[in-house]
Amino acid sequence: MTPAPNHRRTAARLVLIVVGMFGFAWALIPLYDVLCEMTGLGGGTGDLYVYDPATVEEDRSRLVQVNFITNTNGGMPWEFWAEKGGVRVHPGQVREVKFYVRNNTDRRMIGQAIPSVVPIKAAEHFHKTECFCFEQQILEPGETMEMPMRFIVGPELPQNVPTISLSYALFDVTEYAADARAAEPTEG
Amino acid sequence: MSEVVVAHHDDHDDDHHEHGPDKGLARWLFTTNHKDIGTLYLWFSFTMFLIGGVLALVIRAELFQPGLQFVEPQFFNQMTTNHGLIMVFGAIMPAFVGLANWLVPMMVGAPDMALPRLNNLSFWILPFAFSMMISTLFMEGGGPNFGWTFYAPLSTTYAPPSVTFFIFAVHLMGASSIMGSMNIIATILNMRAPGMTFMKMPLFVWTWLITAYLLLAVMPVLAGAVTMMLFDIHFGTSFFNAAGGGDPVMFQHIFWFFGHPEVYIMILPAFGIVSQIIPTFARKPLFGYDSMVYATASIAFLSFIVWAHHMFTVGMPLAGQLFFMYATLLIAIPTGVKVFNWVSTMWRGSMTFETPMLFAVAFVVLFTIGGFSGLMLAIVPADYQYHDTYFVVAHFHYVLVPGALFSIMAAVYYWLPKWCGRMYDESLGKLHFWLSFIGVNITFFPQHFSGLAGMPRRIPDYPLQFADFNMVSSIGAFIFGFSQLLFLYLVIKAIRSGKPATARVWEGAHGLEWTLPSPAPYHSFTHPPKVTDAEAHS
Repeated sequence: MTPAPNHRRTAARLVLIVVGMFGFAWALIPLYDVLCEMTGLGGGTGDLYVYDPATVEEDRSRLVQVNFITNTNGGMPWEFWAEKGGVRVHPGQVREVKFYVRNNTDRRMIGQAIPSVVPIKAAEHFHKTECFCFEQQILEPGETMEMPMRFIVGPELPQNVPTISLSYALFDVTEYAADARAAEPTEG
Repeated sequence: MSEVVVAHHDDHDDDHHEHGPDKGLARWLFTTNHKDIGTLYLWFSFTMFLIGGVLALVIRAELFQPGLQFVEPQFFNQMTTNHGLIMVFGAIMPAFVGLANWLVPMMVGAPDMALPRLNNLSFWILPFAFSMMISTLFMEGGGPNFGWTFYAPLSTTYAPPSVTFFIFAVHLMGASSIMGSMNIIATILNMRAPGMTFMKMPLFVWTWLITAYLLLAVMPVLAGAVTMMLFDIHFGTSFFNAAGGGDPVMFQHIFWFFGHPEVYIMILPAFGIVSQIIPTFARKPLFGYDSMVYATASIAFLSFIVWAHHMFTVGMPLAGQLFFMYATLLIAIPTGVKVFNWVSTMWRGSMTFETPMLFAVAFVVLFTIGGFSGLMLAIVPADYQYHDTYFVVAHFHYVLVPGALFSIMAAVYYWLPKWCGRMYDESLGKLHFWLSFIGVNITFFPQHFSGLAGMPRRIPDYPLQFADFNMVSSIGAFIFGFSQLLFLYLVIKAIRSGKPATARVWEGAHGLEWTLPSPAPYHSFTHPPKVTDAEAHS
């Protein structure tokens, strides 16, 4: 009387949906990264920029203002500053700016800076050929470190972007880094 | 085995040829009977409703006046968080599952749910999940304090140590919902009586079928999100930790990919209930049955592509904001179809206003108000002002309290005589309705104004200019809260000493469940009934 056999098949199909959607939740992580990279969403500035200087032409017709913002994430006791608040560059021109961190505490600490660029549409045209954010900083108590950052604004930067702001948030990663000394920072 | 469909509901008949319920506690622990499990779900939900309500009253007592009167801000945060979690996962959702358990088999002419043992399991993990979650309030460092949306890193880096219990509790709730949904889908797909075609199913069955698919699709995503939180907290991963290359904003995307369908999970069954009740008391078939089905399906589909309207201010490109705005506004169309159909069903009907109808009509009016404030929130430039203010609180309480909750109360009044064979006290029911209706509006209507004036949500203290609105709101909350004790009294009174109900109960009622005697026998439709047009939806 009770039609039992096809319940099992129905249930099995429904379990497939559940497993699939659980997998989808995890697939969202790489999908999200790809989407952010493609669109510049989140203001990520990508990995180390390798290029052939011969192919990049300097656009002397315009100047772009690049501002630097330094933040320490909540609870990070280091001092963190840039040598200047901003510079004016021609697109295609390589420019170096120095950043500094000082560990005022009495313990050895490890910091990691995470960059972010606004406006979002400028992010994909902002390239770094050298950046302290590609690695972690290990500072002894009282130590100060000078950190160079070299960048190029791509000549393809849209004409209606006169100003780019590059912000760094400095995180205290002493604990994570102690766990996995060899861990590479994943974000450039 | 053939003549058992009618008139076999005598509990004292201990002659076990058609075995009745077990005796004592074992009946409830080991039951696989859909009616018993439905009852368990409903009582569990009501218990959670009272606990969540007490937390709400702590919130409203603290907000009665500016300044800190009763609780510390940290504790206040635990109250708002747990109020939300308990009401969403403990009160509203289990109540709908309980109603589905009781009603779906009777409505489609099935003897029981398709997977009865799974049914038992999906109920019985809930009390454990919620005991565990509520117990965190008494742990060192307190319980969840990061809001019911548990945004990372508040819920990871800055969470109290008890967060791991919270994560486990959410996993259990998710497992319960998934198993419950599988059961409901299998029942509806496989166990309909001959002649009960899809387009003859009562709308409550339709809305639950769609809701169950939504649950299957999004509860695993929630499970994924809390699992990632667990990894971030205990295993050193950085899914949501910017320092390690993760992104806290991604948490919000994943959460709301679950969260937006979730809010429809809490309203679609309500649409179904109201679509059953209004035709009964308007004594007319439901207007636009087919369009109701399609509207429900459209709303369910759209719910997957609007999630980012919860996070407009997070820093999104213009194209994204526009897409999510238009997609959200689109939902107003199928929802409007529904409201239109309910009103058209009442149009020129021979209406009477028994308690279930009062709740159903109030649902239509007040849910629509909540829908309109939702439209206001969907408009991106306006949302920048409304975001995270009491306007949002007013909006979602209008759709959840006089929306989802009123529909559940309407359902209880409407089907209680069928469940226990006795009528509730109509004048007490009406008193309960009016106290609830007035209380709910006094509580939540002023919150629109304090929100528009800039009062942020989730704060224990506020500037003086919001004092009057908050005082009114608190008074309303206490009226609403205490009138629910009347509801409890009323239900108990009906069960113990109500007047016997007839099989049909309401003269305008249609549907297979009304062809059973009242109370519905412990085993019903062991032989599939004949589905006539008169007993189908219209």
